[in-house]
Amino acid sequence: MAITFAASSHATVRQARPRGRAVRRNLTGWAFAGPATALVVGLSLFPAIWAFFISRARWNGISPGVPVGWSNYERLASDPDMLAAARHTLLLTVLFVPSSIMLGIVIAIALNQRIRLIGFYRTCIFVPYVASAAATGILAGFVFNPQFGAANDVLRHLGIPQQQFLESPTQALYVICVIALWGEVGFTTVIYLAALQDIPKELVEAARMDGASRWRVFRHVTMPELRPVTVFAAVWQTITAVQLFDLIYTTTRGGPLNSTQTVVYYIYELAFQTQRLGYGAAAAYLLFAVTLLLTLGIIWYSRRRGSEVF
Amino acid sequence: MQSFKRRLPFSAWHLLLMPLALLFVLPLVQMVLTSFMSSAEINQFPPKLLPTSLHIEGYRALLTETPALRWFANTVLVSAVSVLAHLVLCSMAGYGFARLKFAGRGVAFLVIIATVMIPIQLLMIPTYLMFARIGIVDTLAAAFVPWLASAFGIFLMRQFFLALPVELEEAARIDGCGTWRTFRSIVLPLARPALATLAVFTLLSSWNDLLWPLVAISDDNRFTLQVGLANFQGMRRTEWSQLMAGNVLATAPLIVAFLFAQKRFIATMTFSGLKG
Repeated sequence: MAITFAASSHATVRQARPRGRAVRRNLTGWAFAGPATALVVGLSLFPAIWAFFISRARWNGISPGVPVGWSNYERLASDPDMLAAARHTLLLTVLFVPSSIMLGIVIAIALNQRIRLIGFYRTCIFVPYVASAAATGILAGFVFNPQFGAANDVLRHLGIPQQQFLESPTQALYVICVIALWGEVGFTTVIYLAALQDIPKELVEAARMDGASRWRVFRHVTMPELRPVTVFAAVWQTITAVQLFDLIYTTTRGGPLNSTQTVVYYIYELAFQTQRLGYGAAAAYLLFAVTLLLTLGIIWYSRRRGSEVF
Repeated sequence: MQSFKRRLPFSAWHLLLMPLALLFVLPLVQMVLTSFMSSAEINQFPPKLLPTSLHIEGYRALLTETPALRWFANTVLVSAVSVLAHLVLCSMAGYGFARLKFAGRGVAFLVIIATVMIPIQLLMIPTYLMFARIGIVDTLAAAFVPWLASAFGIFLMRQFFLALPVELEEAARIDGCGTWRTFRSIVLPLARPALATLAVFTLLSSWNDLLWPLVAISDDNRFTLQVGLANFQGMRRTEWSQLMAGNVLATAPLIVAFLFAQKRFIATMTFSGLKG
């Protein structure tokens, strides 16, 4: 009988329930939610807190750690390798994020047309996203091989001199950016394509009826509708660019001459190649703080511009 | 306008889309073709696109000289465990957070959402130390334990259950079903699309993961395919036919799955894009 009541007047029934039932309800709830919650919290919140303590020590993971206060953080500010890595990460982000957004919009608009072969085109453009960054990196090493790679063959046909690509300290980071775009543009394309299909057709048609040119429709109708997706894409791709690792590991391993050493790669080297766990953890915390600030900055900026996605 | 366009044998968009499509897919085609070339063919410049005949030396060498088959099996195992665990744990947790009332529910869910912001680079050092202490570093368990459940999975399932009309569950209750039975026989069958999305997401991320298994596993025989290939490539940069064969082995299963279930993959990508 209590059950039929529960459907009609929840609150009164709950008060009338004996204590044992509340305990039972809590147990059932936690039986469902508990295991996954414990795993997620135990494998992220707890280690994140621990990482903070590690970051305030000098420690190789074997002999006991020596607490050093904030000195790891202080050292980072004047570490030339860290500064170079930050510069490379920044350059990569500044190149990658706007390019992947602009390419995503253009390709999504093209893929949104009702023309022949459109299914084929869509498949082709999304497939690289499914391939792992590690496999993509190995493939890129082959395509951009200075001796026999297809990239140099294309340049030869265009009458452009042969390049060293990933083996040149001045080019490698740009080549990695191009490869990352190849692998990740499928993602921005897909979310823009979904957003384009959500734009009410009447809106576009009405503007066209009023005599607006294609460009004006795009500028004043389509673009504002896409703004929330752009904010999301900017945040997401910034995180992707900052955290890029697999591709760098399988193409250059930070070389040549450290020219592709990024912050994430440097953290990996510090912690797992040279066993400087405390210093690595401090660098990781710094990266976390910067990414968070960057993300909040993008959201704040877009809020001010009147987007309401977050 | 649309019907007029459809009758056109040619649209200007093809001028943009055809080269783009080739640009995106040709490297993958070249990867497959190169895996069937002899080393002499590979080292030619200008490069040849087609092998003269089907050379399987690359595959043979890969399978006999390296534990690639082992790596493949490891990857399949790690991904299978991750996907299954995700489906069970995240759907249960999602249901709990969406429908069951219990003490601490709100706080727990907030904490889970907050963890999304913590990057893996911050977690890998303490997680490595933690796993070393409980003695699972250098085992396959190290590769899949971080993938058993995720905040994203819990969030996805909760969103789905919140959108599900509650009447069916209430009817089941009235018929005397307990919470577990209602969940198993009423709710889960309805959740198939969300479960499929979660499965695709987990498969993509666990199959393609490199950084964490690279950190956690150093025994050759316990590598996943991504780690095996990345390290193999570091040692033998010149064995391109083997490397490309390995790349095919690592990439083909997911691409074939993508071709068969394209709609589901796209839905997953879209969802992960719109979750905000």
